Amino acid sequence: MSAAPDRWELAATAAAALAVNPEGLGGLVLRARPGPARDAFLDVVHALVDRSVSRLPGGLDPAALTAGLDLGETLRTGREVRTKGLMARLSDTIALVPMAERMNGGTAALLAAGLDAGDAPAPILLDESAEPDEAVPEALADRLAIALSLDGLAVGDVGRQPYGPDDMPRARARLEAGIDDGAALETLTKICASFGIGSLRGPLLALRLARALAALDGVGVIGEEQITKATLLCLAPRATVLPTAEEQSEEAAPPPPEETPDEQERRSSETGPLEDRVLEAIAATLPDLGLTGGRQRGAAKSSGAGDRRKSASHGRPVRSRPGKPDGKRLDIFATLLTAAPWQPLRRRAAAGREGLIVVPDDFRIRQYDQPSESVLIFLVDASGSQAAARMAEAKGAVELMLAEAYRRREKVALIAFRGQGAELILPPTRSLLQAKRRLAVLPGGGPTPLATALVAGRELAVQVRRRGATPYLVALTDGRGNIGLDGEPGRAQATEDQTQAARAIAAEGITAALIDTANRPQADAQTLARAMAARYMPLPRADARGISKIVRASVAA
Amino acid sequence: MSKPFPFSAIVGQDEMKHALMVAAVDPSVGGVLVFGDRGTGKSTAVRALAALLPPISARPDCPYNSAAGDAVPGRDADAKEPRPVKIPTPVVDLPLGATEDRVVGTLDLERALATGEKRFEPGLLARANRGFLYIDEVNLLEDHLVDLLLDVAASGENVVEREGLSVRHPARFVLVGSGNPEEGELRPQLLDRFGLSVEIGSPSEIADRVEVIRRRDRFDRDPDGFLADWEEEEVTAQKRIVSARKALAKVETPDTAIEAAARLCQAIGSDGLRGELTLIRTARAAAALDRRRKVKVSDIARMAAPALRHRLRRDPLDETGSTARIARAVTEVLGV
Repeated sequence: MSAAPDRWELAATAAAALAVNPEGLGGLVLRARPGPARDAFLDVVHALVDRSVSRLPGGLDPAALTAGLDLGETLRTGREVRTKGLMARLSDTIALVPMAERMNGGTAALLAAGLDAGDAPAPILLDESAEPDEAVPEALADRLAIALSLDGLAVGDVGRQPYGPDDMPRARARLEAGIDDGAALETLTKICASFGIGSLRGPLLALRLARALAALDGVGVIGEEQITKATLLCLAPRATVLPTAEEQSEEAAPPPPEETPDEQERRSSETGPLEDRVLEAIAATLPDLGLTGGRQRGAAKSSGAGDRRKSASHGRPVRSRPGKPDGKRLDIFATLLTAAPWQPLRRRAAAGREGLIVVPDDFRIRQYDQPSESVLIFLVDASGSQAAARMAEAKGAVELMLAEAYRRREKVALIAFRGQGAELILPPTRSLLQAKRRLAVLPGGGPTPLATALVAGRELAVQVRRRGATPYLVALTDGRGNIGLDGEPGRAQATEDQTQAARAIAAEGITAALIDTANRPQADAQTLARAMAARYMPLPRADARGISKIVRASVAA
Repeated sequence: MSKPFPFSAIVGQDEMKHALMVAAVDPSVGGVLVFGDRGTGKSTAVRALAALLPPISARPDCPYNSAAGDAVPGRDADAKEPRPVKIPTPVVDLPLGATEDRVVGTLDLERALATGEKRFEPGLLARANRGFLYIDEVNLLEDHLVDLLLDVAASGENVVEREGLSVRHPARFVLVGSGNPEEGELRPQLLDRFGLSVEIGSPSEIADRVEVIRRRDRFDRDPDGFLADWEEEEVTAQKRIVSARKALAKVETPDTAIEAAARLCQAIGSDGLRGELTLIRTARAAAALDRRRKVKVSDIARMAAPALRHRLRRDPLDETGSTARIARAVTEVLGV
């Protein structure tokens, strides 16, 4: 058997492991668009599990999970009837959660707490996110042992199933009887260290996964093969750093060479610590498996889409008001409250009618207070011309604006551009410290890909807006781009591209400001600002404080 | 509900464990804020501590866990006291999505519908009375809720004025908030109102990490056996807290300690007097935990970091760690 199984086989193995021990492993995060590969995978799950598979919509209201009011019964009988929450009712099932990246933070928190207490279903989170920064809620994902991606797998890739339904009872019995860990715990812990995984749930879940895999393979002791698979399925997706980066890029550059089993046999039997052999065995497959891109966690990405949704975009419920629930949410509680005092009167009027009498006038609809969150997107020119002249001043100005943003509880994002492209060095975050750190280490030099930066800025602004927040774009540049969108040098093309990009920003109606960082204010930047419909101002000499005020004034307008 | 992990079996994390014990000895120090990464044992520690504490004596089936003699809504002051029962120290989780209704309590709908009677239905604050209220990711909670929680935690009473109800009930609990600072910061005015704050990370030594997992795994597989192994240590720790609670009122705070606290707070420039007060209270609880009857300057030095590190006036962009600044001040001012 080869040390690096193909992606489908690995996925099918993961399904089998989950079927062996759903309680211990918590569940699974599956990154895949709906399609035949995903269907095939879910078929495998259905075939192997020893319990029913339920569905739990990702956008579920947290209230539905916990015990609550049974509205139908309550209205019929005229007294409060409570139901067991969905979570308790489904607790011995495997729950498919479609659109898990849209999961409400409260729902995720409840499920996570349920998993800790052992009375929640084992979820399979179907992550269908299209945007790279959308992800399933971390608090929940951290408690699930397995994460895998089926992106890019087609019908043709769906192959044999390493384990069938008949293997399951035996595997469960073996797990029950106990598996010898061997060196698994130490090895997995060391691998976690080289992946930069801080959470101790990682190694614990990986160990359980390795045990389930050993039980499936019918071995009494966890061996290298199980450790390798557990690393791929459980630890690699949690990695915040890639081990031995230089070796990695070498291996990743050409498409991973097809190794014959012999070669791999030879490699894996080389002497050396077990964890190094495991890491080496998976090094080539990491990029190929698409594991690293999908759900990389850690400091850099921790301000993902999840926490944003938790608070602002739903808004907090405020007073309900009378109204018709046409597409709006009926506040059942408030409606019943309104109806309650009238019951004796209404019953008298409608003799013989049982239960609660609710009339349309009682309807109350729920209102949400949705504080519109602002995100300041800084486009910072870090090119050579800038670096020479006024980089430090520009950084100073951004820092002042950051301090102001902190006071106003705004989020900030940083896009820096130099050389061939623009890089999002800080996704929207409220953590000022991070912004400052990233800014401080920002290197300068190289040509000016201004057009690319404007495109990136617009894309981010549109993303921010789609999430219900208000984007403000602040570009700090001298407006003298010299790299076109195609990455080729040439001022003429670059100027045309950046003007186009600027017009696109104006067309989106994004509020923008352009701070001219040239030594002497010039026409280039002014023209660009006009195309962008942005407020233009030259960077005042030695008075970064002034900038903050001006930007404030323009974005507030 | 499964049994919680034994408190004594938690590897490392001494500062957090000590801060929680201090708060358990003297709940009036205010809440404990725990900042750290996921999976570092924050919620485990809170649950474990609650399980460690001796059961409390309460009226049977009381939604407020009230003790005999407490005035609670819906209870006639002249009514005969029922026979109290022993219940475990409550730990209530506040889920992120919790609404204000659920937290403070609201009108009892069943009563309102059936009889038209207005009656209060207690919320999570009532259930947490005399126990712990644990909030994961407190920095992501709506500000107005954090504010409300801190108010109740400080006053020990929940006052409800809503939906035509006017109710107050005891809500004395230790507030424990946890969060990951990378995901957003808590507003300074909220930070200041937590009594203690600790920063934790996962152990960096491989051997420690292996030990953590080994214990956790052993516990998951055989909870009863594991608990039996740790029974002795748990009993010792419980006694320590119980005797510290009893002794607390008798612990003396000499002027030298108060002065040391004042000088320290002045040196680091913490705003207001909350810093000093918390520092002295926590030092007293720490002394009681060490079975001493007198607060020493070393107690002040020990509690300086958890009691003050979140109160430093700070430039949001300043990177110098608060812990380092306090350590420096302790050395300079107290010479220890």
